Amino acid sequence: MSSVLYETPGPRAKLRNRISNIIVLVVLAGVIAWLIHRMYIYGQFEGRLWRQFQYSSIQRQLFDGLLNTLKAAGLAAVLAMLFGAVFAAARISDRKWLRTPATLIVELFRAIPLLILMFYFYFGNIQFNLGLGPFWAVVFGLTLYNGSVLAEIFRAGIAAVPKGQREAAYAMGLRKNQVVRLVLLPQAISAMLPAIVSQLVVLLKDTALGFIITYGELLYVAKQMGGRLTYGFPYIPTYIVTAVIYIGLCSLLSLLAKYLEGRSRRRRKVTGAPPPSAAEAATSAEAPL
Amino acid sequence: MFSVLTDNWPLFRDGFWLTIRLFVVSGVLSLVLGTILGAFRVSPVPALRGVGTGYVNVLRNTPLTLVFAFLFFGAAKMHLSLPNPYWTAVGALTIYTSAFICEVVRSGVNTISPGQSEAARAVGMSFFQVLTIVVLPQAFRAIIPPLMSVLIALLKNTTIAAGFSVAEAGAIPAAMSERGENQLLTLMWITIGFLILIVPLIFLQRWAERRTAVA
Amino acid sequence: MRMRNLVATLGVGALALTAVACGKDEPAASGGGGGNATDSCGELHKFTTASGVDVAGSPTFTKIKSAGKLTVGVKADQPNLGYKDANGKRCGFDIEVARMVSAGLGLDPDKIEYKEIPSANRETAIAGGEINYYVGTYSITDKRKKQVSFAGPYFIAGQDLLVRKDDTSMDAGKTALKGKKVCSATGSTPIQRVKDEGLTEASNISEFKTYSECVSQLLDQKVDALTTDDAILKGYAASAPDQLRVVGKPFSTEKYGIGLPLADKALRDKVNSILETSASDGTWKAIYDETLGKSGSDSTPPPLEKY
Repeated sequence: MSSVLYETPGPRAKLRNRISNIIVLVVLAGVIAWLIHRMYIYGQFEGRLWRQFQYSSIQRQLFDGLLNTLKAAGLAAVLAMLFGAVFAAARISDRKWLRTPATLIVELFRAIPLLILMFYFYFGNIQFNLGLGPFWAVVFGLTLYNGSVLAEIFRAGIAAVPKGQREAAYAMGLRKNQVVRLVLLPQAISAMLPAIVSQLVVLLKDTALGFIITYGELLYVAKQMGGRLTYGFPYIPTYIVTAVIYIGLCSLLSLLAKYLEGRSRRRRKVTGAPPPSAAEAATSAEAPL
Repeated sequence: MFSVLTDNWPLFRDGFWLTIRLFVVSGVLSLVLGTILGAFRVSPVPALRGVGTGYVNVLRNTPLTLVFAFLFFGAAKMHLSLPNPYWTAVGALTIYTSAFICEVVRSGVNTISPGQSEAARAVGMSFFQVLTIVVLPQAFRAIIPPLMSVLIALLKNTTIAAGFSVAEAGAIPAAMSERGENQLLTLMWITIGFLILIVPLIFLQRWAERRTAVA
Repeated sequence: MRMRNLVATLGVGALALTAVACGKDEPAASGGGGGNATDSCGELHKFTTASGVDVAGSPTFTKIKSAGKLTVGVKADQPNLGYKDANGKRCGFDIEVARMVSAGLGLDPDKIEYKEIPSANRETAIAGGEINYYVGTYSITDKRKKQVSFAGPYFIAGQDLLVRKDDTSMDAGKTALKGKKVCSATGSTPIQRVKDEGLTEASNISEFKTYSECVSQLLDQKVDALTTDDAILKGYAASAPDQLRVVGKPFSTEKYGIGLPLADKALRDKVNSILETSASDGTWKAIYDETLGKSGSDSTPPPLEKY
């Protein structure tokens, strides 16, 4: 294949690539074998370390943990989308008194570490006796942070629609509300989709911070399982299983995004070039925590 | 209100100093590792691309807390751990963040149309020349703004080390609770501290965005 | 390429899930396993729930009554004290004390709602009413008395060291800690003492959320000693007698109290009278022998410090 950096390989390059390929695979296999060997000599495959997973009560706890993770993530995702929509609308508003505070709030919540945001709700609840458990601290923390990032994604997505679209719509006599709702949003959505979904992946992963404020999510259960001395501290087995669950969930979400993206692209019947690569850059840009 | 800060000044100072050190050290290491992985992902060798893709897919879909926990308690079970909690935290932050930097580098390189390098090759430039004269300078522009976002996220992510025996800024609430100080005021001062660190980064990012938008 | 990777990951995930999803047998409660049977919780002590209890002038009690249930803060990773087994069942001396107080307050001890509160958040959780009371190796100190109040003490422990079985370098006790890596729970009294008395260098101190994380680090030779109250340490040593031991040179006196909201003297008096009764009618001894007493050491109820 030809890429930016390389020409389509000729026979010599092909040979070289094939040899490099084999070397890389050998090294990779070596590293994996070495890790497994280390796990083996330090007794990480001993039966008692893995035994907990057979017990139905443990499976129930893991399942409950997973359910708690999904509950917090689901609710926070809905609230964050709402928050993002409202604040994006305020940020593109023509009224300055709406735009300025919205911008400030969005920037503020993006700058505060999520853990600290959750602490605010956790300790605030205790201090003022609001009757909100750690669940709500997790949900509200996630909502404010991810909502702010989503507001930014929405705003940037709408701003990225070619200027001509807006001008033509205004020329036809549409009001601002109509321009955004009928012309800009439908076009922006599919370009924003990858960024939105990877933000939702971030949100899902960040529920794992809940264990620090004693929310009984998946990682909390895993830490409890791993911390059992009588099972020889099975941290490695539990973390492997937990990681597989998280990776599976997040991959499902990404898969869904890809499917939706493909569908919306087909439906639009290709109005020109596919969404600019800026959208892809934005995906990775806004992704972490 | 100010007494919360002034009475406990050494705690805040040491906490944020450690945060800054964690940020700078793991930032530099992530840039190095992330760029190497990014090079893997655009390499002509399929196995290298596979390694890069696998690394990114696994790390991007794993909570950072889990990476921390694995390095602290899991790796120790294989007798593979780093010398002390500080370096273990640096390791966890680096391993996690480099997956994101790798993606930034890859998509940065991919923004350049193949025509650019095809033209460069057509005029007889070597691989190295194509890379340094044509591709990287253009890719750099596309890379800087998202890179700044990743670094900002890294700075905030350092707070997770608080749960793992690293007394950085995120660990201040626990220490203040032991001292019987007001938690919300403590959090307010921590927030202000983070704003002081992050706002310059955000402005830097805005500035870079504007510059690249014009060009 | 990318897609194939994704499918592979998903496949592994699905496999792991199905592998997990077919379990059947519960971990059996090991009754006759000798001193190291901390794997699963056995039978809990049976208390007679008092009836018609009223604690006049206690806002906490009024709150409990209207909520219809008790919320108690505990620990979950301390064998024989406050432990949650693989079945999710709780047991240990602290749990029994919590249940005893519940029964004395006229509430069914089997209906307690437990909350695991990290050491660093205990005062905030009690003061804010997140829990009604806290029973979890909670030392009575003057500093804490400014934020919460204490009934008890119901047990006296001393700070000691847990080391790897073959490591004799710290047998002299706290004076031998210099240059050693010491671990304990974040925000706990023992680690504060290590810091205040400068028993080891600041860079050698590790603090984790739970003691079990320290024990894991100890076994993996990342730290040299876990320091906290001997009652807690004995539980761990009993769980892995061939790997761990307690040094046995306590260097403090820790009086465990039941943490209560600050201004609730009426409830404190009531809980103290429940503890008093348990000492005189043999209940205290019975629950001690069923839990901590299994490690072989004997004990008697300490005199209460009412205030």
